[in-house]
Formats: sequence, C-alpha cells, structure tokens
Amino acid sequence: MSRFKLVLGALLGAAVAAGGAALAEELKVGFVYVGPIGDHGWTYRHDIGRQAIEKALGDKVKTSYVESVAEGQDAERVIRQLASSGHKLIFTTSFGYMNPTMKVAKRFPNVHFEHATGYKRDKNLSTYMARFYEGRYVAGRIAGAMTKSGTIGYIASFPIPEVVRGINAFTLALRSVNPTATVKVVWVNTWYDPGKEGDAAKALIDQGADVILQHTDSPGPLQVAEARGVWGFGQASDMRAFAPKAQLSAIIDNWDGYYVARAKATMDGTWDSRDTWGGFNTGMVEMAPYNERIPAEIVADAKATVAAISAGTLHPFQGPIKNQDGEVVVPAGKALDDGALLGMDWYVEGVQGKLPK
Amino acid sequence: MLLRLESRRAPSVLLTWLTPVMAIAATLVTGAIIFAAMGHAPGQALYTFFILPINSGYGFTELLVKATPLALIALGLAIGFRSSVWNIGAEGQLTLGAVFGGGVAIFTHGSESIFILPLMMLAGVVGGMLWGAIPAYLKTRFNANEILVSLMLTYVATLALSALVHGPWKDPGGYNFPESVLFGDAALLPILVEGTRLHLGSLIALLLLVAGWFVLARTLLGFQVRVVGMAPMAASYAGFQQKRMVWIALLVSGALAGLAGVFEIAGPIGQLLPVVSPGYGFTAIIVAFLGRLHPLGILIAALILALSYLGGETAQIEMRLPQGITGVFQGMILFYLLASDVLIRYRLRLLAPAAESRS
Repeated sequence: MSRFKLVLGALLGAAVAAGGAALAEELKVGFVYVGPIGDHGWTYRHDIGRQAIEKALGDKVKTSYVESVAEGQDAERVIRQLASSGHKLIFTTSFGYMNPTMKVAKRFPNVHFEHATGYKRDKNLSTYMARFYEGRYVAGRIAGAMTKSGTIGYIASFPIPEVVRGINAFTLALRSVNPTATVKVVWVNTWYDPGKEGDAAKALIDQGADVILQHTDSPGPLQVAEARGVWGFGQASDMRAFAPKAQLSAIIDNWDGYYVARAKATMDGTWDSRDTWGGFNTGMVEMAPYNERIPAEIVADAKATVAAISAGTLHPFQGPIKNQDGEVVVPAGKALDDGALLGMDWYVEGVQGKLPK
Repeated sequence: MLLRLESRRAPSVLLTWLTPVMAIAATLVTGAIIFAAMGHAPGQALYTFFILPINSGYGFTELLVKATPLALIALGLAIGFRSSVWNIGAEGQLTLGAVFGGGVAIFTHGSESIFILPLMMLAGVVGGMLWGAIPAYLKTRFNANEILVSLMLTYVATLALSALVHGPWKDPGGYNFPESVLFGDAALLPILVEGTRLHLGSLIALLLLVAGWFVLARTLLGFQVRVVGMAPMAASYAGFQQKRMVWIALLVSGALAGLAGVFEIAGPIGQLLPVVSPGYGFTAIIVAFLGRLHPLGILIAALILALSYLGGETAQIEMRLPQGITGVFQGMILFYLLASDVLIRYRLRLLAPAAESRS
C-alpha cells in the first residue's frame, strides 16, 4: 500500500497539502445519480431538487453528488464514500441502489438515507417515490382526443412494476376517450440512450403511431416526434425546448419540496424513517404547460382530470378493468390498492404484445 | 532542423517498459493543465483524484476490489493477444460466467453446504469457456473473424442475463423487480479484511497472475504463444499448431473472464442483477495493453485504471468536477501510450534542412 502511494506521490512530483480542511457546522447532503445531470429527464430533475435545498437553506447546507453511478459493484462504494466523508443525509435515486443503500445504512446508523423507488426500509433508511402514473393518466386523456390513427407508440425501459403501471394507466385513460385505440410498446432495456430511444420512436411512427410516449429519460423520442410531425410527451421534465411543436405536455417529477423538507427535518432532529408516495396532491407530480395547438375543451378536460385525481374523486385504476385476455380483473366499483399497484406485472386491454417476463 | 522517424532494427526493450511511465507522466501533466484551466488548484485536484481515494485502509481495499476483475480478465486476454487471437468479447464471457455461477447460487439457495462456492466458481469457468469456445470453433472451422463473433456474443450474453433476471430467476419476494434473491452466506466469497469488501477473489486473482507469469515465461506453452503471435510461419514449421493456439487463447481468456464474473456476483454484488459489469471486459483490453501483455504490468495497469474510477468519484464529491473527468483521464493514458509506442519501433532523428532537400 505505502509503496504504491509513494510511487504515485513521486509521479505527482509534489508534496501536497493535507486535504479536507476543517469543516464548518453545515449539513452535508449527498446524492447518487444513475444518469448524467444533463439527461434533461430523471437525473436532471433530482439535481434540480438538490439545488432547491441549496436555495432554501443557503449556507447552512452543502450538497455533493456523483452522477452516472452503475447499479452494481460501484454503488455501495460511492454511497459509503459519501457517508464516511461527513454527509448526514444521502439520497440514492435509482431502484438498483436499494441493496447497496441497505448495506451502507446498517454501517452508518447516524446518517439518514433516502432511497427512491425501492421498498426496503430501516431505522435510518426511508423510501420515496412519486405517483407518476397519475400524470400518465392525464396524458392518456389528451392522447385519446388527439390521435387520428388510433395507434400510440410507447417506448419503455424495463418491465418493472413502475413502468407497467404507467403503460396501464395511460392505456385506461386513452380508451376511456377513444375505446378502440391501442398502444404499441417497444422495450429498449435502458433508462438513458438517446439514440436507441429515438430509433424506437422512428419504428413506432413507421408502424402508424401518431402520438409517442416514453418511459426513458432522454428527449430523444420527442425530437423524433418533432422531426416527423407527430405528437409526443415530455418525460420527467418539461422538454418543450426540444420539441416546441410536438410536445403536448410533460409529466414533471418535482422533488424540490420533499428534498427541502427532509433536509430541514435532519437539521432540526425530526427526521424519521417513512415511506412516501406522493402524487398531484403533494406536488411531486405536475403537468407541464399544455401545447397551444390542443383544443381548449381537451385542455379543460386534462385540467379537470388533474383536479379530480388530486382531490381523490378519480382513481386511475378504477374498475371495471379488463386484462389483455378480456377478463375483468377489477370489478366495477372497486379500485386497485397500492399493494396491487406496487407489484403490477400484467397489461390491461388495449396494450398490444406480450409483457416480457 | 526537422524531425524524422527512423525505424529501429529491433524494438527497444527499454522503451517498451518506459513508454507506459511516460504516458502516465504526460497524462498527469496534461491533467494538471486541464484542472488549472478549469480554475482548480492543480496540486489539490491531482491529490483529490489520485491520493485521497486510497488514503484510508478502506479506500485501498476498494482499489483492490475494483482492480480484481480488470486484472483477471486482462491476464486471459493477454495470452490471446500475444498469440494474435483477438478476443474482444470478455464482457460476454464474464456475463455468462455470472449466469452460470449465479444459477448455482440460486438453485442451491437455502443450503449452507461448503461446496456451493467452489461449484459456483467451476460453473463460472465453464460458462466463460463455453462463450469463448463458440468464436474458437467458428474461427478454426470456418475462419470466421473472432473479433466480430466474440463482440457480438457479448450482446447475446447480456440479453440472456437480463431475460433470466427479469423472468425465471427474479426474486419471488421482490415485487417483480428485476433482481435475483440475495445470495446466502454459503454462496458469498469470504471477506479478507473485516469491515471491507476485500474478498477471497482478489487473492485468487493475484495467485493466478503469478501462475500466468510462470506459464508465459517458463513453459513450452508460453513459448508457443509468443512464437505463434510473432511469426506464424515459423511456428508452423516448428510444428506448433495455430488452431490449437486459437482454442487455448479463447478458452483460457473465457475461463478467467467467467471466473471474474462469479467473483463480482459472489463478492461485492451478492446477487444477480440485469447488468453485473460496468464494462470490465472492455476496460480490461486497455489494461492488457497498458500492462504490456505481461502479468506484472497488468497488475499495475489494473490498479491504475481502478484508481481512475475511484478518483473520478472522489473528485465529483470533493470538488464537483464533472463525471466525464474519469473518461478524460482514461482516454489520455491510452492516447499517450499509443503515441509514445511509436518510439519503441522508431527513433527520432534530427535532420538538417540541407539533408531534407533531397526528397
């Protein structure tokens, strides 16, 4: 060990001052991101949340982040590095960080951990997620009214419950407006690959889709929609800049409020381990401004849908719901509970193709 | 005065070992200039990047954990590269090794037998060899290009793993999320230093590097590897079979990559995930060449590449440097190495303008 360090020291050719100057009594908050902060989608919105903490709490906090951390061997090291370098609150923002976060949380009982989209909790480990499917439902209402071909293209990342839930919520809303419309799904097996996402969009448009939707993180599909003159939706953030004509709206993740609240709770000692699943009602999910080319009555319907979901009078998974075989799986008068939503592994009627298993 | 490259009669042995050092030195100098241009104190930035990550016992063990798969795979690749067999698909062989080894762990889940771990390693080796055997067979039987075949098989392997983890091997209690059960203790590699992730696999990798050195330097097989690579005609006159070399190279590199895959899932990861390697099979190609296809060189090169990953993370946390800095450093090392390698076969000559006017 020491020899290796010596060699390196010689290469550097200089004695270097001891790093890590005395720390002030500020709260250090760390973030682990699965993509680059410039993805304009998922990671970008988490980074906006990080900046919201800095804006709200000023010089009482210091934030750090590590981007594009692979969900394998590397995650545990990065999380542990944040924990051991004085970060007292650490957000790990992808499902694949669940077990690494658990392991590190056990070793650092005095550090608060927050894991997005997972289901394992501990005394010092909370989980949080947003009900993105509520936004998908609104998108479905708009798409049902806007589509002429009755075919919607949906670019999906991985067949996990969160993504399947989005496809189903969208399809239910779509067919509540347009009962014969169908959804074609392409699985790209990536969260972020603008080229691959764009290629999938092209293939779907070639098959007749005139509205494109994606559950991946880049603006790639929207840019294709813009170029090919079809409609699209932004994912995670308002992507209008990439597709001023094509973007009907966007389902925005807004972590700002949650992140600031959790940082404050850590500072004043009221932080507790909990599971948060917020939707329109908590502001965690928002719709971006609607495209001016959408007729006014459709915009009004979308706004009413948001209000109804927010108020709890409309549940996106309200029965009757049929599966792909036409069997009624949720009877009229019933709605799926959170447990069923969290483990969702089947398609509703109207989705074409088989769910990869 | 002009500079001219003149070919040497024989490659310079001294420079073969000196150019990697030159490349690293040039990388550090360029790195310092880049840091300065970005408004960071170069000394502090280089310290954060290269020293801080391994400034603690834990950090140093992490360096070894990260270097283990790189060194192991590069060792196998080096044997092939020396004999001009170009296995570019170590990533796929690693993945299939993880599939085979992980399969053992999943099917024996709940058992505490001490045979599980050895069986996983054996299965991983078999898996990697199987994935190496396909390009070997196609090369020797149909003369299919092993670069393309092995590279393409990487995608087959990663998709196979993804399909298994999304499907039959999914954790039944895992809310349909794509990951296997967490392996039981009997399927996990023993930890060498309590409180760290340094596992038995790192030690085995080190022993294999020593064994690799012995085979390459001291055995007839090692001699054959070199002769076939450098002078295929001479090798065939001497009765060395080139086809046999293709098989050996791909089976050995496949076996070591497969073993590296098992070490990853039975070591730091502890379960099967849709993706188990962030590209170790490809990074190991850089490691093999940076290490001069020599086991000792590979050990050093694996540590340097591993350090560049760790340093990139530390630089992000401590100095908010962008993540791309890791790629910049890795790219610079390779670029300077390739550039300075010219000096091994050529020497620089200063020419007077008069002499130049002849041409």
